[in-house]
Amino acid sequence: MTMTTVAEIFETMEYGPAPESDKEALAWLAKHERVFGHFIDGTWTEPGTVFDVINPATSAVIARVTDGTKTDVDAAVAAARAALPAWKALTPHARARHIYAIARGVQKHSRLLAVLESMDNGKSIRETRDIDIPLVARHFYHHAGWAQLIESEFPGYEAIGVVGQIIPWNFPLLMLAWKIAPALAGGNTIVLKPAEFTPLTALAFAEIVQEAGLPAGVINIVNGHGETGAAIVNHPDVDKIAFTGSTEVGRIIRKATAGSGKKLSLELGGKSPFIVYDDADLDSVVEGVVDAIWFNQGQVCCAGSRLLVQEGVADRLVQKLRARMEKLRLGSPLDKAVDMGAIVAPVQLERIRELVQQGVTEGATMWQPSWACPTEGCFYPPTLFTDVQPSSTIAQVEIFGPVLVTMTFRTPEESVAIANNTPYGLAASVWTESINLALDIAPKIKAGVVWINSTNLFDAAAGFGGYRESGFGREGGREGMYEYVKREVRRGKRDGGTSKRAVPTRNTQRASLPSIDRTPKLFIGGKQARPDSGYTRRVYSPSGELVGEAPEGNRKDVRNAVEAAHAAAGKWARSTGHNRAQILYYIAENLSVRAEELASRIDAMTGGGLRRARQEVDASVSRLFTYAAWADKYDGAVHSVPIRGVAIAMNEPIGVMGLACPDELPLLGMISLVAPAIAAGNTTIVVPSEAHPLAATDFYGVLETSDLPDGVVNIVTGDKNALAKVLAEHDAVDAVWYFGAREGVTMVELASASNMKRTWASWHDRDWLDANDGEGREFLRAATHVKNIWVPYGE
Amino acid sequence: MTAKPNLESIPRGAAPATRESASRPTLVPPTRPLPDDHVERNPGTPLDLDFVRSIRVNRSAVERRSATIPTRRTVKKEWQAAWLLRAITLIDLTTLSGDDTPGNVRRLCAKARHPLRDDVAESLGVGELGIKVGAVCVYHSLVKTAVAALDGSGIPVAAVSTGFPAGLSPIKQRIEEIHASVADGAKEIDIVITRAHVLTGNYEALYDEVRRFREACGDAHMKAILATGELATLGNVARASMVAMQAGADFIKTSTGKEGVNATIPFGLVMDRMIREYFEQTGYAVGFKPAGGIRTAKTALEFLFLMKEELGDRWLKPDLFRFGASSLLTDIERQLEHFTTGRYAAAHRHPMP
Repeated sequence: MTMTTVAEIFETMEYGPAPESDKEALAWLAKHERVFGHFIDGTWTEPGTVFDVINPATSAVIARVTDGTKTDVDAAVAAARAALPAWKALTPHARARHIYAIARGVQKHSRLLAVLESMDNGKSIRETRDIDIPLVARHFYHHAGWAQLIESEFPGYEAIGVVGQIIPWNFPLLMLAWKIAPALAGGNTIVLKPAEFTPLTALAFAEIVQEAGLPAGVINIVNGHGETGAAIVNHPDVDKIAFTGSTEVGRIIRKATAGSGKKLSLELGGKSPFIVYDDADLDSVVEGVVDAIWFNQGQVCCAGSRLLVQEGVADRLVQKLRARMEKLRLGSPLDKAVDMGAIVAPVQLERIRELVQQGVTEGATMWQPSWACPTEGCFYPPTLFTDVQPSSTIAQVEIFGPVLVTMTFRTPEESVAIANNTPYGLAASVWTESINLALDIAPKIKAGVVWINSTNLFDAAAGFGGYRESGFGREGGREGMYEYVKREVRRGKRDGGTSKRAVPTRNTQRASLPSIDRTPKLFIGGKQARPDSGYTRRVYSPSGELVGEAPEGNRKDVRNAVEAAHAAAGKWARSTGHNRAQILYYIAENLSVRAEELASRIDAMTGGGLRRARQEVDASVSRLFTYAAWADKYDGAVHSVPIRGVAIAMNEPIGVMGLACPDELPLLGMISLVAPAIAAGNTTIVVPSEAHPLAATDFYGVLETSDLPDGVVNIVTGDKNALAKVLAEHDAVDAVWYFGAREGVTMVELASASNMKRTWASWHDRDWLDANDGEGREFLRAATHVKNIWVPYGE
Repeated sequence: MTAKPNLESIPRGAAPATRESASRPTLVPPTRPLPDDHVERNPGTPLDLDFVRSIRVNRSAVERRSATIPTRRTVKKEWQAAWLLRAITLIDLTTLSGDDTPGNVRRLCAKARHPLRDDVAESLGVGELGIKVGAVCVYHSLVKTAVAALDGSGIPVAAVSTGFPAGLSPIKQRIEEIHASVADGAKEIDIVITRAHVLTGNYEALYDEVRRFREACGDAHMKAILATGELATLGNVARASMVAMQAGADFIKTSTGKEGVNATIPFGLVMDRMIREYFEQTGYAVGFKPAGGIRTAKTALEFLFLMKEELGDRWLKPDLFRFGASSLLTDIERQLEHFTTGRYAAAHRHPMP
């Protein structure tokens, strides 16, 4: 009995301590003597050089974990590689059973995992018990289903191979599940590195995997710091890297893997808007804010950290928020009655303090509740900033702490402008009782997830991931599965022409009259434009005859083309699929009228023969028909998520795309990129075949007669790699496709790190004439990203 | 907006000045601190239809918040015991059955005076506190019996009234029923509203009805039963709550106990938010009474968490919070005995109400 008597509490009606027992977790740690090696090839390695694992709520060292070396990573990758053939060869049903067993194992040990996670990370036991761990189990159940259905639902796709996965400390086990479950379902084997602050639940998970009888080497867990992660990222025998963490590290990984051929998915930072309109249920908004920014102490990549409020209700909402903040309880994470636990580590706490101080220095008004924050351990109180402008540092940078900044807006249009005024694009919340407003705003926000009248809802069935510098790739749902499979490529003969093909000498006799000079130009904003450089380059046939001249585009031409593409982007993205189909059909029609002319031109440039050139033109017409057909059929999905409501997965255009076309098949190669891009609603800057650019300059004549809005397709001829580099570096270009030499691929992937634009760059042979290789969903997926809009309903 | 014919009947002295309907009320701190014992009665305000119709309730969001109230808070050991003791003092110990007789009502009143076994109270160290329930709640015909049985206890008798539970008898009889119960000694009157007024959006009629009930109650405190389970939407619950308070309700109460769905946390959350809104607008504190379906100590604690979180500690006292319940008391006794002995308790070892 404490000194507090029942009679006293009867008067005060205070809350008392409600500790969750850590007995079982301590026993588990003791069983391992609190020292851990890695989990490689189904067994535990001997501990090597270890680092401390600290409970941030108490600052106590609770375990020591081995710091992974390059040798450790080599061993783990070798184990994963060795396990791959047998794992891939298992029947889908067998893999489904394994994943199901993991889900059951997680549930059986759910409380141990919840307590361990809380001790390791500092998050409250309520969250680990009610949110993290149930979502972990859910993720494995859901993906046991994908494993079962993989052959029927992903025909023509196969496992990528050995995947390296690097996860953050804010949701240690949940992020592990998001990474491992789809990788297993896809038939891949895994090397995973947990965050150095929070390695423990991954190790407990490894035990579950052992108990569940997963074949050795399918999952390998190597702990360590950044260098360990770098060893995974740079390992030559890793086929894919999946990373969740800061944009800063994501950028390093993007550069490190450039040109390596590794598939990449990145889930990075955010500064997500939480938008409140004046007809919202403000009391519910307040609870939404609690779930947005004080969930997990605000250490959430998709935290609604920018509160945007319609001006007329801003004061009222802020007052309600302050009243609510007074009621939040912060304390021991293992207390069952706290709302907020500890910040993960002193370094993070220091960063929060510094940014808050900077906010104050820059003139914003800071408010914190009157109750005292614990001074022992790593705690930071919920913090609300008002008088913040979009130009404030705290309105721009990700704080990754319990700090909310408030800004106001006047109109829905302005709310969208402020919401999108960020390099990030991970998530957004939209609060209004008007369905018209909600469903109008959701597509306008540049974010991979939009929650209507809700926030921080997650489910394995709905994809999660970002736009812009919040990364690319999705986790969850069908869209997430595509990150862990690749199209099976039939290794056969190539059928495309190349510039190096030897050609027969042809009759080059001209008509007796001199021909009228044709001066191809660049095509920018619907107008023919002379190149800024004032230069042209001569285009020769393989046998050395002059075929014509093409303008020499430079960076300023690219700049102009990007501006034209931006000017056209909004309207084109909003145009209907039917409208885009009509235009694509019309382009095809007009191309077919000029088929013979184009075929002659192609033949003259490539020397591949008229028959082959005609075949290319015919295939181009057909390809345009393909994407005209797709334009109103590339539907999204309605995901089955466990709420009363729907999660609408919309395929949205990425925006402004740079397309560096293959050198071979100068017309078909270009149309194979342009058609899916514009069918999906993107606007484009096309860098045509450098060797054979005149098919493209002829083609703009087709475009000019086809009702295509100005700026949707812009064509800049010239030095392909130089122009592609300008596009890849351009911060206002949202995606770049590059088909060409490996050095160009490397260059594009490196340069794309500037704004973390999506890239699709390949040096592999592709049979553009083949319908499997040259067109279809693969192209449309690369031309879109999936936005999941969660719409809870019920009156 | 149409004229407000009811304004004439407002007791002008106590009601705050009419607001300009164009401007939304702003949050103002209450003009006076709430007294520890008995809050000043809510005199009501003019009907503010613009405000009532501007109320928005998002059901899914309310349900999400409701789902975490029991998971974000808990009390253990001494704290749980103390909170359950407090819960006893908040119970309107109720019998509302067709077969009620003076005999079972007297038995209920005896339990109301002495809700806890002496040995349990002594073990908890609260023998001195004189724990007793908040009120006894009966039909009109048993008010006299209950008043006599509770004589000298200080426990008020509450009467359900106005054609309980459906409230569809003629208005004249409903008002007479209030007068009769007050005359028989009821200190609290639980009235039922006409659900049709809410379902048809006729808030003027609802306001008028409740206003007249309030006048009929005189010095007796009035609890307005909204029958939330029959109001179709949470938005309707919120609007009915606000109109009832503007019409002068001392308490708003969820249910008669006869609807298909009775006291739930989402109903409680929506009604609490309206009480807070009204308090912030007027400075008058209105009480809340969930009733129907509250049978376990655990559920009772959840409602206490709701009150503490949404309205504050002041709403954990009997002048601003009551449970309408009957079997709840026995479950609380069992939990308290378990706390004192460490053994799980049996219902039959506690005197039945």
